Amino acid sequence: MDIQTWTFLIVGLTFALYIGIAIWSRAKSTKDFYVAGGGVSPLANGLATGADWMSAASFLGMAGIIAFSGYDGSVYLMGWTGGYVLLALLLAPYLRKFGKFTVPDFIGDRYYSNVARTVAVVAALFVSFTYVAGQMRGVGVVFSRFLDVEVNTGVYIGMAVVLFYAFLGGMKGITYTQVAQYCVLIFAFMVPAIFISLMATGNPIPQIGFGSAGQDGVYLLDKLDGLMTDLGFTAYTDGTKSTMDVFFITAALMMGTAGLPHVIIRFFTVPKVRDARKSAGYALLFIAILYTTAPAIAVFARTNLMETVQDTPYEEIPAWFTKWESTGLIAWTDKNGDGKIQYLPGSAIDGGQPQFVESRGSSGQRMISNASTSPNELYVDRDITVLANPEIANLPNWVIALVAAGGLAAALSTAAGLLLVISTSISHDLIKKQIAPDISDKKELWIARFSAMLAVIVAGYFGIHPPGFVASVVALAFGLAASSFFPAIVMGIFSKRMNREGAISGMVAGLAITCYYIARFKLGWIGNPETATEANWWWGISPEGFGTVGMLVNFLIAILVSRFTPAPPDNVQEIVENIRIPSGAGEAIEH
Amino acid sequence: MDSQHRKKYWKENLKYLTILIFIWFVVSFGFGILFVDELNTIRMGGFKLGFWFAQQGSIYVFVILIFVYVRLMNKLDKKYKLDE
Repeated sequence: MDIQTWTFLIVGLTFALYIGIAIWSRAKSTKDFYVAGGGVSPLANGLATGADWMSAASFLGMAGIIAFSGYDGSVYLMGWTGGYVLLALLLAPYLRKFGKFTVPDFIGDRYYSNVARTVAVVAALFVSFTYVAGQMRGVGVVFSRFLDVEVNTGVYIGMAVVLFYAFLGGMKGITYTQVAQYCVLIFAFMVPAIFISLMATGNPIPQIGFGSAGQDGVYLLDKLDGLMTDLGFTAYTDGTKSTMDVFFITAALMMGTAGLPHVIIRFFTVPKVRDARKSAGYALLFIAILYTTAPAIAVFARTNLMETVQDTPYEEIPAWFTKWESTGLIAWTDKNGDGKIQYLPGSAIDGGQPQFVESRGSSGQRMISNASTSPNELYVDRDITVLANPEIANLPNWVIALVAAGGLAAALSTAAGLLLVISTSISHDLIKKQIAPDISDKKELWIARFSAMLAVIVAGYFGIHPPGFVASVVALAFGLAASSFFPAIVMGIFSKRMNREGAISGMVAGLAITCYYIARFKLGWIGNPETATEANWWWGISPEGFGTVGMLVNFLIAILVSRFTPAPPDNVQEIVENIRIPSGAGEAIEH
Repeated sequence: MDSQHRKKYWKENLKYLTILIFIWFVVSFGFGILFVDELNTIRMGGFKLGFWFAQQGSIYVFVILIFVYVRLMNKLDKKYKLDE
């Protein structure tokens, strides 16, 4: 069978599975819809959290980012795993004991204030919409790559599938489909990785393989460092970012991870406090399988690319090169006219994407109109690192189809988790808690369903017409979560003295300074865009790492303000006492 | 349950947290970032040690830390009869 048939078959089968699970796990109450009835086992919740967490960007993009940034890519590896330690130790068990449905629930009750609740709702909505728009786009991109449909058609198909199980099952439907999606995506990621590792080093475990020697007896990493420095690149195992920046970006990603609402609410779904701790462990274990494999794939792919293309005449290039050139992910311009490919530091093109023209070059290559003046002749889209793996390793067609199904599972599961946060924010935090507190459970469930539908439509709209800020999702979503939720929740648990005034002013100050910095230096919306350069960054911190500063500002302002304002009332101090001990979590849910 | 009892439980919990968070900080921000160059002079097979901590080792330690915490807390809950 050809790749196309296999892809339709495997993607069709997995979609049928997701829909079947959705029908089986329909939500019957708001508790089902918001927290899957609170009865998910720690193992299942760990699997679901893994799928929820790993997006199309993790699945397709991360190995590529690392392959093309070497040591600098470590910020994502440590940042997106280390946050789970904070979650498990500082947040998840206590929030589970608190036993409500959403993050704004906690902020609103702990800080006895609807103003605090509203600040939290606005932050949750903004973080989730930024994040989900990128995911819907990701669904479209995966569809277009593997099934040869328009990106927008892919977004519509993705919307329809997510809508189906989010509408029917809410958190319950999403959780059990995510369990299935984790299995699909990890299998799809590991199969090619194991074969590539075997090919490159003879060791089937990629994590060990990339520290071993190839057939020539030279350690793979030493060989790659050598290849790169010979051509004028920085050595793979050395970074180009400053230590300060690496430190701040890693910290912002960690605190951001621990403060992301769609991650936190996953821990409301398990029965007991001890289950919340344990499922955070499972979640990180399942995430770590992919996150420790990605840097290995990155090394294999980068070495392979450099060895294969460097000074190779275009006529002798392997088939995968021309295949991905035809899809526009690779572009080569013969700048010195020798018919061979020179891959050097610097961007081969001007602007982000190669602009292809109809004609072919003298070697038969596709011509582009925006080649740069840099001697580098080769443009490689970093997504290719994972996409081209099965072909480089000569794996059968069904493996390529499996990678497509894995990419879709990753994108759909993350989108669904985010959409739930959005719909819950509307139906629970805004309507039930603030506008119409008297509505019945049944009515609230229907409002939740329709908010989910609305959220899917808005997310789909953003997926088709991506607003400018979507590309800054890392800076925005993680920076804002780190500078608002993380400090507010941690202080709410660990400081009995922290009060309404302190928490609100802390969150507002943290959000404001982070938003300002990103708008100034990342988006160029404030101030003179020409001075929005690296040289003007405060203390050399990039916008991606500024969430850490926002978090520190939040802590500082909150502590200062709370010292000069009255202590929280006794019943609130009792809440804090109560969430600190694990027993009795069962009753706490039904307020 | 008296408040003295709860206070002691909370104090022991904080002690565990401090130790575990300290290890968390050392393996990632310490070994993987601040002292990466120094550790890179040490080799472990084909890996430079600092690079290994940044892209592999820290993640393994993170996973172990959470499961150690789960074990410690389950024991602590039992000791103070606060388990469910």
